[in-house]
Amino acid sequence: MTTVDPALRAVRTTCAYCGVGCGVLATPDGAGGAAISGDPDHPANFGRLCSKGSALGETLGLESRLLYPMIRCGDAMQRVDWSDALDHVAHRFQHIIARDGPGAVAFYLSGQLLTEDYYVANKLMKGFIGSGNVDTNSRLCMASSVAGHRRAFGADTVPGCYEDLDEGDLLVFVGSNAAWCHPVLFQRMLANKQQRGARFVVIDPRGTDTAGDADLFLGLKPGTDSALFNGLLVHLADNGALDSGYIESYTSGFDETLARARSMAGSAAATALATGLAEQDVAAFFRMFAATPRVVTLYSQGVNQSAQGTDKVNAIINCHLATGRIGKVGASPFSLTGQPNAMGGREVGGLANQLAAHMGFTPPDIDRVRRFWKAPRIATHEGLKAVQMFEAIARGEIKALWVMGTNPVVSLPNADAVREALRKLDLFVVSENVASNDTVTAGPHVLLPAQAWGEKSGTVTNSERRISRQRAFLKSPGEARPDWWTLCEIAKRLGHGAAFGFNSAADIFREHAALSAFENDGARDFDIGGLKTVSDHGFDAMEPVQWPIRLDAQPQARFFADGGFFANDRKARFVAPEMPALRTETTPARPLRLNTGRIRDQWHTMTRTGMSPRLGQHLPEPFVEVHPDDALKYGVTDGSFARITTDHGQCTLRVAVSARQQRGMLFAPIHWSEATATGARVGALVAPFTDPFSGQPENKATPAAIAPYEYVFRGFALSRAPLEFPAHALVARVAVNGGHGYLFADNADLAGWQAWMKAKAGDDLAEYNDFGGGIYRAASFSGDRIEACLFVGPAADAGDWNVVKSLFAADVLSETQRRVLLSGKSADGVASAGPVVCACFGVARGTICDAITGGARSAAEIGAKLKAGTNCGSCIPELKRLIAQTPGDAAQPRLTAAN
Amino acid sequence: MSEPLVIIGNGMAAARLVDELSKVALGRYAIAVIGDEPRLAYNRVLLSSVLAGETASHEIELKPASWWRERGVTLKYNCMATEIDIGRREVKIANEESISFSKLVLATGSSALRLNVPGAELAGVNTFRDSRDVDLLLTLAAQKKRVVVVGGGLLGLEAAYGLAKAGAAVTLVHLMDRLMERQLDGPAAALLKSLVEHKGIEIVLSASTARIHGEGRVTGVELADGRQIEADAVIFAAGIRPNVALAKDAGIPVGRGIVIGDRLQTGIADVYAIGECAEHRGICYGLVEPAYEQARVLARHLAGGDAAYAGSVVATNLKVSGVGVFSAGDFLGADGSESLVLRDVNHGTYRKLVVADGRLSGAVLIGDTADALWYLELIRTRKPVAQMRADMVFGRSLAMQAEAA
Repeated sequence: MTTVDPALRAVRTTCAYCGVGCGVLATPDGAGGAAISGDPDHPANFGRLCSKGSALGETLGLESRLLYPMIRCGDAMQRVDWSDALDHVAHRFQHIIARDGPGAVAFYLSGQLLTEDYYVANKLMKGFIGSGNVDTNSRLCMASSVAGHRRAFGADTVPGCYEDLDEGDLLVFVGSNAAWCHPVLFQRMLANKQQRGARFVVIDPRGTDTAGDADLFLGLKPGTDSALFNGLLVHLADNGALDSGYIESYTSGFDETLARARSMAGSAAATALATGLAEQDVAAFFRMFAATPRVVTLYSQGVNQSAQGTDKVNAIINCHLATGRIGKVGASPFSLTGQPNAMGGREVGGLANQLAAHMGFTPPDIDRVRRFWKAPRIATHEGLKAVQMFEAIARGEIKALWVMGTNPVVSLPNADAVREALRKLDLFVVSENVASNDTVTAGPHVLLPAQAWGEKSGTVTNSERRISRQRAFLKSPGEARPDWWTLCEIAKRLGHGAAFGFNSAADIFREHAALSAFENDGARDFDIGGLKTVSDHGFDAMEPVQWPIRLDAQPQARFFADGGFFANDRKARFVAPEMPALRTETTPARPLRLNTGRIRDQWHTMTRTGMSPRLGQHLPEPFVEVHPDDALKYGVTDGSFARITTDHGQCTLRVAVSARQQRGMLFAPIHWSEATATGARVGALVAPFTDPFSGQPENKATPAAIAPYEYVFRGFALSRAPLEFPAHALVARVAVNGGHGYLFADNADLAGWQAWMKAKAGDDLAEYNDFGGGIYRAASFSGDRIEACLFVGPAADAGDWNVVKSLFAADVLSETQRRVLLSGKSADGVASAGPVVCACFGVARGTICDAITGGARSAAEIGAKLKAGTNCGSCIPELKRLIAQTPGDAAQPRLTAAN
Repeated sequence: MSEPLVIIGNGMAAARLVDELSKVALGRYAIAVIGDEPRLAYNRVLLSSVLAGETASHEIELKPASWWRERGVTLKYNCMATEIDIGRREVKIANEESISFSKLVLATGSSALRLNVPGAELAGVNTFRDSRDVDLLLTLAAQKKRVVVVGGGLLGLEAAYGLAKAGAAVTLVHLMDRLMERQLDGPAAALLKSLVEHKGIEIVLSASTARIHGEGRVTGVELADGRQIEADAVIFAAGIRPNVALAKDAGIPVGRGIVIGDRLQTGIADVYAIGECAEHRGICYGLVEPAYEQARVLARHLAGGDAAYAGSVVATNLKVSGVGVFSAGDFLGADGSESLVLRDVNHGTYRKLVVADGRLSGAVLIGDTADALWYLELIRTRKPVAQMRADMVFGRSLAMQAEAA
């Protein structure tokens, strides 16, 4: 009988991370883990995975999971039954809505929710509670692209698709470090470069790894992107590169926009002046763009996270509209999405300035959605966007907040103020799959356990509008539930059972599809009506599919090659951007600008990637990158620590001096939080100024000061169990094989560390101290296995933890390894000939046995050879024993064998 | 015609001197060795090994009779030198004719101290110093007697180990609060104590022996704090005293030992002293290594060479009760020095290095003593160690690797 163990079959799903939306094959190991590989049949990645995706298998452990509903009881969270938690949440919401109105409650959602979760949350808040206060962390990510798309196209439409990245001849990256943030797409583009000769232009204030592959790198001044694209528009107009037919037939507003562009950046020289670039570089870029019909302009957070992000998006789109290079093979503006399902969130309308299914708060849309939902209390106006939502919480206007699957205490600007604001809430609910992060520890009243990636089931949409299934391949642990289920249970308790009687993700998806097609007839871009009757089985088996999926219509991969925009006149709009300017100014006290961003191997606030030892190796500690001239000027050195201060907060970060950084600018990654490091929650530094159209904050240009901050000691610790550190230490947590790793810096007395270690260690403790040299090291053991170890040393010579990490990862330590463990150096090549027999001449047993085997058959002969036993002679008895134990001349048979 | 050279004492120092002399001045001297022990010179260090049954008594002889013969040495063992007549250049021997010398070497060694406590004269109270003592102790052990060893220095530990190994129930009492306080610091001594206890020896520290009970024969030991320990025998191993009586009577200047200068000469021309009986620059060494160094220097000097002895960096480098113990230099760490300590008690390892003025000035090792000689060399050569400080405690091969890198 041959049966295939169903637990060992690969499940096709979609990666948990960025907006590329790579297909993943997950093969459960039957023990809660899974082997991960790329899905060769998925059109986003054709089998490739990046470092983060490849390491998904290392992030499936249950150690850090929230498994049960919890309710606050004084200072502690107490486990309760689901029904009690749901009753409590529903009751409190009901009470607050009744008392303060629907505007006093809000949902703050996440681009990592599935479309089905998003749909139910949006429907509940906007259709049944009656508030527009549904916003999401996508506000920090894609909001400017959404707003720019809507201004230009009349809808939030991504016109191109990934194939364009393979087919384009010129790929322009604006504010995108795709090499690190969208690695699989970047590899596709590199293949295009190698095979088809596509050229790369990289526009970024920072010399990123993406810039490393550029044919032309434009390191412009921060915030001046629209000047560059205004200049480009003028150049295109003045050099016969316009597509007048396209402009004429499908667009409006070109002349005013060109005139405004001309007034701002009328020439390459003027553009160079406005952007801080060299004129010949600007001119070279203009010529390349003008001369290359197949051009894709890819943009990401460098464009979006700006107080003029929407204008930047439109400045880029203007150039594509003016040349008709949109929705054509290899030609399009292309927004690279940051999250796995930001697009899905946009599709359901899970943002405060959208209603649902790419419909807004116009009276006809409101009416249509109300009728479709049979909504008793539909929201009639936009809600508060993320930054404003938390400001309203701080002012006490919003009194109940439900956060799902995101970590705003880390990711929002002015994050300290956000944390403070949360304390004012009458009801603060968090749906999470981790038991601890900075938001979970910010005092929620209720914690609701959510399913994690690998457990939840539904759909996500990637950057090219492709809907893919995320499928479950693991059992839900504890009492974790799908977020949609939790939302429906609340809806029922609020009296809306009939509208929330969903039994499955497929149920929700069908209604979502139906709404997208409801009274659509091609008036709205987002239409997946072709899927509104998909069966449960069909939903389970659904292949990755690009929208629109109109009922009875041909599939289409691109939009707008022949017009067909979604404004009332069906035309695209040229939008003249405002004069480029950052919202803040530097001052003598804040002479630098802090740019923030991502690193290659971490994702968001590290609640998942932070569990992977592999991913912890690349850049294990939080840091601030500084130009060498600025380092000199402000007295900070590579590898030392510095305090970064803005008007909003303070961080202490390790300094990385790099000429890839622009003078006058600092760069710090966003990933670390208080759960993973001390003093490295960079969100606390960021100014909360937002774009007037998108509400997206300017995360990349906060005025800042840097000053050296000295630590006398550096160290690291490795432990099987998590460690609590004294408050005075600056700590970064790093995932390591076999347990938990910590890198730290400190100014306290070494004796304190010895006491700390001794308090944690059991009986079997090895220690090395050279207090005069500033060194304390210790390791505790359980049998032949390291339980925990601590290395503290002077800042200048803190040592390297790689050798110790690999010994820690091993289950068993040899004698020699244990002997040299606390040196922090490898035992390889440190010969051990066993215990010393002749103390006078330091002759070890191994050496003596070799001599005996080699023919020395008496103590005197050994003495003649090795001097052993010829001084005090006290080892002679042992020499004799060894002679007796060692078999006779072993060289003999070897010679015989050789003959 | 060879010059008559007389060596009083037939121990390790004497044997080594003869050996060295035969290498550098063969035939120059007619050598006579006078010793009171009734046998050929033997390796005293191995007495505990004999006691422990690891070595047969005859095996510890340093050189066979033929060796002495071949070198033309007149061996007078089992002979007691009773007087030195400096004026007449003669040594008187009990029951024998006097023997003349042109050069005289005193290698009379040392004796075990016997505590001056009531009962010290009882039968069953012994010392552990020579081959005859070992025979007696073996008899005790064979009878599974209860033995109290007084003294927690090297000698006491060796006696205790040997007795325990031979089958006796052994309690070791020590006046100080730690074992081998002259060689070890507190933590090293504590580790040694636990390792020795592991071998079945009971150890009582801070124990001052007040009296020995018994009528005619030992029945027990009473400590100053009133504690009583039953015993069938007591072994004094609480220190040694240089044997200086002969020299003193002859008018040779003595302090604690026979006072010698850098050429090993005493206050009297042509009279020398080496080994445990000698006091050089105020120090009486109780170890074999300085005796051997002194023998080598004296041999060169007697051969007419220009050799001088500048003292030894004292190093203890032994197995004590089967445990590797090394101690050298300023192991306690004087003011202004810094200590590097590696401790892995459960693995029986303790290493302490003392650094002063950027140089290694002292070291203690327990357990793994593989790098002892390297540390000793660093101490002796006063080589600057700043470059290897970070790795030094982990041993030579690691430190060399790091230094090369």
